[in-house]
Amino acid sequence: MIQTALIIWLLPLAAFVINIFIGKRLPRKGDWVSTGAIGVSFLLSYYMLFQILGNYNPDFALQASVPWIDLGETFKLNMGIYLDNLAVIMTVVVTTVSFLVHVYSIGYMHGEPLYNRFYAYLSLFSFSMLGLIMWDNLFGIYIMWELVGICSYLLIGYYFEKDSAANAGKKAFITNRVGDFGFLIGLLIVFTALGTFNLSDIHQGVSQGQLSGGLLTAAGVLLFAGAIGKSAQFPLHVWLPDAMEGPTPVSALIHAATMVAAGVYLMARLSFMLSLDAMLVVAYVGGFTAIFAATIAITQNDIKRVLAYSTISQLGYMIMAMGVGSYTAGFFHLTTHAMFKAGLFLGSGSVIHAVHHAMDKTGSHGDPNDIRNMGGFKDKMPVTYITFVIFSLALSGIPFFSGFLSKDAILGGTLAFAMSQSNPIHYLLPVFGFGAAFITAFYMFRLIIKTFLGQPQKPELYEHVHESPKVMTVPLMVLAALSIWFIYTLPSVNPMGAAGGWFMHLIRQPISAVAAQLGHPVYIITEHAEHAAHVNGIIISIILAFGGILLAFAFYFWKKVDVEALTEKIKPLYNLSLNKYYFDEIYQATVINGLLAWNNLLKWFDENIIDFIVNFSAKVVRVFSAFDGKFDNLVIDGMVNAVADMTLQFGRGFKKLQTGQIQYYIMGALLGTFLIIIFTLI
Amino acid sequence: MISLQSYLIISAVVFILGILTILYKKNAVGILMGVELILNSVNLNFLAFSKYIDAHINGQLVAIFIIILAASEAAVALAIILNLYRDRANIDVTQVDQMKN
Repeated sequence: MIQTALIIWLLPLAAFVINIFIGKRLPRKGDWVSTGAIGVSFLLSYYMLFQILGNYNPDFALQASVPWIDLGETFKLNMGIYLDNLAVIMTVVVTTVSFLVHVYSIGYMHGEPLYNRFYAYLSLFSFSMLGLIMWDNLFGIYIMWELVGICSYLLIGYYFEKDSAANAGKKAFITNRVGDFGFLIGLLIVFTALGTFNLSDIHQGVSQGQLSGGLLTAAGVLLFAGAIGKSAQFPLHVWLPDAMEGPTPVSALIHAATMVAAGVYLMARLSFMLSLDAMLVVAYVGGFTAIFAATIAITQNDIKRVLAYSTISQLGYMIMAMGVGSYTAGFFHLTTHAMFKAGLFLGSGSVIHAVHHAMDKTGSHGDPNDIRNMGGFKDKMPVTYITFVIFSLALSGIPFFSGFLSKDAILGGTLAFAMSQSNPIHYLLPVFGFGAAFITAFYMFRLIIKTFLGQPQKPELYEHVHESPKVMTVPLMVLAALSIWFIYTLPSVNPMGAAGGWFMHLIRQPISAVAAQLGHPVYIITEHAEHAAHVNGIIISIILAFGGILLAFAFYFWKKVDVEALTEKIKPLYNLSLNKYYFDEIYQATVINGLLAWNNLLKWFDENIIDFIVNFSAKVVRVFSAFDGKFDNLVIDGMVNAVADMTLQFGRGFKKLQTGQIQYYIMGALLGTFLIIIFTLI
Repeated sequence: MISLQSYLIISAVVFILGILTILYKKNAVGILMGVELILNSVNLNFLAFSKYIDAHINGQLVAIFIIILAASEAAVALAIILNLYRDRANIDVTQVDQMKN
């Protein structure tokens, strides 16, 4: 099974290498290389899924590793694969969505100039995401974490000739860096305290209390900061809506189904080491994000932005579930959400594709993403319409669809959590959850009504809208099939709950290391609360979902309420939501301008203070050198010259003695001899 | 019997004459002659000391050496003088002062 996992992981890497180097020269620009590679991974991942279904063991886990970096006692790092049910199911989710997106892109990206590069990036992304899932230590996860970040950056900026796309890519990357910084510090805390990155060793270390108290909470919260960035949670959610500048299949794969879910996956992986306080932070950040993003989605007019805020909101749900200890529910929602949200994005891509072509044909200009250019597409694009409705029903939490099961599990979990806690303030979490559920149903059907139902807003465009080719609609149908409830509840077919199904059986919350350390569970959730929450949760969420849908129809389809007048009445609120609570502006004004001001201050300091000191010292040195130069020229050189002059003068004097007359020399020799004789005699 | 002093006096006189010849003759051949005088005065000294004091033949041997040496010296000196003459048509040593300064 480890070998299978390795093949699944490395095939996309091979496809990336082939495509990035020789993709342009391959027939069809190499799309079949990437698609084939992920296709094989896709089939193999199902082989793994059937194996774990055959085992049907909640505690299944496999680990294999080889030594990688060895610096003696201080630092040892293994490269290894850790496979448990969580990893296998996540692998299946990723390969499924990735494969369908690859297929879909053959139609959607047809004729794009950088077609081969697009596929190369998709393959690189699949490789990194699978690595993130399978790696057995946090160090490797961090590497892959950054790799999916860079893939996201590359694919958001795919249309890099457009300024907005290039900026969106940068924004996504930089915003993620903020979170990743926290992740890194968390990693360092864990490594300092436990001396290991390996997940099972961390589990053991925390159980034994080597990392506890405030430091454990800090590590949990800081690691969660990475998830805040990657999963676009409040307050780092601003990058995800802008990431919609990327091609729509990318939005479906990376910014809806898989990469943004990596944060949730990380929290699932690390849930065993979250202390009570860290879990509360996680729960409240998730819960707040869920309702906060949902309220923005109501007023957006860009079809992809509505879905983007919806994604943020649903990720909030999953994070909240991790925070209240509904591990299984959170991961369940991740799985079902990946399917129907990828489907929604691919469906919106199909619509955008059609509008884009219609605009090309009619020669009109405009934003093909704007739902105000759509309306009445139901008859023109039946497959897209029907699948879109299925996905929306799943997202809104209507029974018989997968989303109902998972969302209900989360809502039940939060309700049970709130009921078990003594502090009534924790009822905020279910309130966030149910509120967001209601709003979700409302904005999804607002989107459907504005896009597919009613009268065409732009009749001239409407005439030219056509259903997308099969290569794009078949993935939609597959994803729609995967949004049906019983896929996840087999062998039971109960549409009201997934308990008893394979998914709930296989995914169990791992034994909390923190609980082992403390000697008691992190949360006590009473059975009574669980039961009451389950029943009440189902009833409330069904009512709210249908209520939201009915309200949407009343507003936009039957037009019982004058939406324009209502908008006017609550103008400040409407503007607040339309402008995303002015978060971009706030960040511009505070963080960005603050940094710019700080930079300007530093620049001023540099130019005036540092440069002054440097210049001043230079001047001092120059004065000294001038003096030193004079000293050299006058004193030292004078001494040297004087010696030379003296020698010269002596030479001139003595040279007169050398007459060349040999008789003088003999005379001298004689005189010398006489002198010697005289001295000897004396 | 001729005393040692007589030999020495003769020798000294010849030596002085030789010195003066070297110092005051302008003619290069004359200077060469002065050199011969000095050498012969030295020879005389050697022979005299050999006869009166040493009673061996060491002094006579040295004298023979000096004669041979004087002969070869004369040969070299005459060759130089001949070249000097070819060069400037006289052999006045006061004019041969290219080595001055």
